[in-house]
Amino acid sequence: MIKFFLMVNKQGQTRLSRYYEHVDIHKRTMLEAEVIKNCLSRSKDQCSFIEYKDFKLVYRQYAALFVVVGINETENEMAVYELIHNFVEVLDKYFSRVSELDIMFNLDRVHIILDEMVLNGCIVETNRNRILAPLFVLDKVAES
Amino acid sequence: MALTVVSQIFPREMIPAVLPLIEDKLQHSKEIIRRKAVQALYKFYLIAPNQVQHIHDKFRKALCDRDVGVMAASLHIYLEMIKENSSGYKDLTESFVMILKQVVGGKLPIDFNYHSVPAPWLQIQLLRILGLLGKDDPRTSELMYDVLDESLRRAEINHNITYAILFECVQTIYTIHPKSELLEKAAKCIGKFVLSPKINLKYLGLKSLTCVIQQDPNLALQHQMTIIECLDHPDPIIKRETLEILYRITNGQNVTVIVQKMLDYLKESKEEYAIITLSGKVAELAEKYAPDNGWFIQTMNAVFSVGGDALHPDIPNNFLRLLAEGFDDRKEDEQLRTYAVRSYLTLLEEENTFYPQKFLQVMSWVLGEYSSLATDVDPEIILTRLHSLLKKTFVTSDTKAWIMAAVTKIASHTSCSKTIDKLIKEFSSSLDTCMRQHAFELKHLREDRVLMKNLLPFDASCNDMVVDASLSFLDGFVAEGLSRGAAPYKPHHQRQEEKLSQEKALNFEPYGLSFASSVSSSGITGRQSPTGLSFGSDTSGNSAETGHKETNTLKLEGIRKLWGKEGYLPKKESTAGKPDEPQAASCGNLLAGRVIDPPASQSDQVSSLSEEEKEKQQLASTLFVGLGSNAGVSLMGKMDVATQKFKRKSKINETQTSEEASDIQNSAASTFGPLLDTVPVNKEDCEGNKHTRLRKPSLCSSDTLEDNLAFETPQSLKKPGLDDRLSDSTLSPLSLFADGNIEILQPSPSALCESANKTLSVPSLPKELEELPHSEVVELCQSDALALYLCKVWKDDSLLLAVFASNKKSSALNTVNLVFEKAEHFQILESPAHQFSVIEAQSVERCQKCVWMDKICTQGILPGSISYQSEMEPCLEFSVTLSLLDFIRPMEMTTEDFGKLWLSLSNDVKQNIKMSPSQDSLSTALSTLQQKLKLHIVDIIGNEGILACRLLPSVPCLLHCRTYSGMLALWFRSPCSALSDGLLYQCQKVMEES
Repeated sequence: MIKFFLMVNKQGQTRLSRYYEHVDIHKRTMLEAEVIKNCLSRSKDQCSFIEYKDFKLVYRQYAALFVVVGINETENEMAVYELIHNFVEVLDKYFSRVSELDIMFNLDRVHIILDEMVLNGCIVETNRNRILAPLFVLDKVAES
Repeated sequence: MALTVVSQIFPREMIPAVLPLIEDKLQHSKEIIRRKAVQALYKFYLIAPNQVQHIHDKFRKALCDRDVGVMAASLHIYLEMIKENSSGYKDLTESFVMILKQVVGGKLPIDFNYHSVPAPWLQIQLLRILGLLGKDDPRTSELMYDVLDESLRRAEINHNITYAILFECVQTIYTIHPKSELLEKAAKCIGKFVLSPKINLKYLGLKSLTCVIQQDPNLALQHQMTIIECLDHPDPIIKRETLEILYRITNGQNVTVIVQKMLDYLKESKEEYAIITLSGKVAELAEKYAPDNGWFIQTMNAVFSVGGDALHPDIPNNFLRLLAEGFDDRKEDEQLRTYAVRSYLTLLEEENTFYPQKFLQVMSWVLGEYSSLATDVDPEIILTRLHSLLKKTFVTSDTKAWIMAAVTKIASHTSCSKTIDKLIKEFSSSLDTCMRQHAFELKHLREDRVLMKNLLPFDASCNDMVVDASLSFLDGFVAEGLSRGAAPYKPHHQRQEEKLSQEKALNFEPYGLSFASSVSSSGITGRQSPTGLSFGSDTSGNSAETGHKETNTLKLEGIRKLWGKEGYLPKKESTAGKPDEPQAASCGNLLAGRVIDPPASQSDQVSSLSEEEKEKQQLASTLFVGLGSNAGVSLMGKMDVATQKFKRKSKINETQTSEEASDIQNSAASTFGPLLDTVPVNKEDCEGNKHTRLRKPSLCSSDTLEDNLAFETPQSLKKPGLDDRLSDSTLSPLSLFADGNIEILQPSPSALCESANKTLSVPSLPKELEELPHSEVVELCQSDALALYLCKVWKDDSLLLAVFASNKKSSALNTVNLVFEKAEHFQILESPAHQFSVIEAQSVERCQKCVWMDKICTQGILPGSISYQSEMEPCLEFSVTLSLLDFIRPMEMTTEDFGKLWLSLSNDVKQNIKMSPSQDSLSTALSTLQQKLKLHIVDIIGNEGILACRLLPSVPCLLHCRTYSGMLALWFRSPCSALSDGLLYQCQKVMEES
């Protein structure tokens, strides 16, 4: 299962974090710092899976933004690796060419999208249209 | 939106309130709402699986939903449930296979595709479920071969996500019952992964290799070269995964190379977690496959120095144990030890090197124990080394204590030595109090060489020293104190509770019946052998001086502390002079506190002083009657209260009281004869045997019942109508044991008649079991040669499974083995296996197993198998379904006891149930519960009723019911929340049925 979902930029600033297992607040910052350090230290020709403590990190880089997912043994690394891409594709569709700024200023939307896709550490929806459906309804309500 | 929130954060207490609302939403017309509702239910399942048990059929409906999303959401629930209990969902395999087939075949709407692969994550999820279902089950596996083949074939597009599917496929193929064609394909897949230039794929390949390598070591041979390449890969993650493979294929021949590689990696690695796990693995391999002593010691040295202080504490402990216990061969032992001593000496020779604390501790222990084996080394040299270590600043005080212990040990078998003198002098004035104490101890010990030799015998590290934890050597002292009128000790929390309840002024009757059944087991563990104490008391005097790590002597300080916190000095106790005295009081009280039941001791206080005196006497005599003193006998008969208290604990008493009992009881005593022999022996053993001890008396008691029957009613036996005999048996226990206080489950006559009728079917129970309530005899499984039947007997202290094996062939079957597998929820009291040496042709053999529920669940499965010597079908599998109700027994108690117990329990479960018109009154509802759930009705007051039961062996559960306007409010309390949940579920079921 998925333990946490992070979006961190190259400077080590956390843009989005979602935990599916309870982690103390002050431990979170430490964890995030270590995770991003681990990811940054790896070159392009190294593999995108890192064993870290008792779980694994799967990361993917999009320009200056890292998406890092912590998973446990039972999860399929490659599937999560692709999930990240799927997530980014959904963001891309919603924001039409997503950038780091989009994520910073529409954090609520990003969270809704993520919650539609991942719930309690399980992948629950991967269909792009369905993920975005509730969000479009919300937008419509806001407009009218 | 609300449903999303529900499925994210939700307290378990609120589930009953919201559940109906969500159930409604499952029928909603919009698919997204249905999907969210299923997701919310999944969350409920995660936090409290017991509370959604009754809607399992709704999950099935969700699985067959016409919308893919809803179906996918329900898969998560199934994955969890199948993980728990795969055998319960075998029938769904076909549906899962069908779904997967449709998904793979592209039957889904186009928008579910991801990079033109249809719903890949859904496929992965399904494959995972199939893997779980097909594990070790050839029949279920057969169903999925086709679809697996199909998915392998379809997933040949070169995209990451297909690799993910392939990986999952391979995993599934290797977990289910193997089929050679598929295995071949899977192996090819792995080969492709491993050889791939893409680094992520390589990782995936290595990972799948690790998973399958144990089943198919040849695969590793094929990819030998790749693996070796990967070992030198620049990416440490790849390297580590490769090491993982190597770890799995290690054997006696290749261990040296593999361990070398691992150590190399260890030296480079900086991450603490990796070091801990890897060094653990190295140590394990070294222990398992070490080719020779020298290598073993060297490797362990490397592990200790690299691993540092982060090492798991088991590693040094195991290592030392191995050294101490040694192998079968004495000579080899000595070689190993000598080698260890020498290598440590050379290591210590190098000045100014830093070693981790744990390594130093190991070194000092080995030097202390075995330095004299290396005869050519002067102990003086070792002592100097250790001395110089002691002076180093980086050594922590903990390690210093180890070193000092070593010094003391060496000192015990060398005559005077200058270094020791110097050392004593130096540390006697040390600022560190610990060191100072050790130094003084050493000094005093040196003055008394005989004591020292005794205390520190050579090579005795693995001789077990018996520490008498129950401090029973102080029993005599307690008895004396009690006979002088001191109040028995009550543990702290109990006293508080008493105070509390007294303040609340609940009305107590002075002689409340004790609920011995719930406390008896703990009482028995409390009492340990009074004979195995000699060591503890002998050395306790010295122990304050020596305070040694290795000598497990009793520490005085520790006990005083215990006494200070919890202790309770009796009033008339003379003030304590010797250090032993308070100790005695405290532990005596502890003992007494354990044995006496709370309500009983409370009534002691209320009653008059003379009464109390007598009680004490009795307590003392009941306590020590096992030691052989017969003083208690005359007292026993008079006081019923006391004997009642010790019902189970001291069966021996009863044999002794039998002198004055009627002749009927004499016959009882005669059957207790063998028990007398077994009990003292058992007492010597520690807790491990307490189950058997508990059970023996009860087994005996049923025997007694039989004997008495034969004794008393020869006439009725002569004209042996079955009914006659039965009615006798129901009457006799009542009259026979009115004084003896033996608890026997008294089956109601009606139940007996019923059972008598039932057992006319194929095999029948033996007489002594037939009288207990039991289920019908059902068939478990059958083959051409053998049929198995099962009957559940609800005994008072356990669930007894009587298994009948009937031979259908015309020839005898030899060595038939019956084995119950280990089940998560159940515990079989004796060995789980049984062997019938021979079953004659056409005859039936029987074996009995007693079962307890270990982990609470409403229903569980106890799998087992039976095998016999034959060419065909050597093994026959079966499974027994046991429900929580099989382990529930009524618990008799009074209203006051109920009140007290109610306050002390904390896990609440409440629920309102609608009552059907047929059972509108409280009493009918309660009697339903009594009959169906075996609850005991304690009292009915107005529109409220209280019931009690216990889960075997002795977990109580209390129920409080109230009726109002057609509703029945149930309120459970028990020390264990799962028990309350389970019982609530059963209650709901029963009430719905009736």
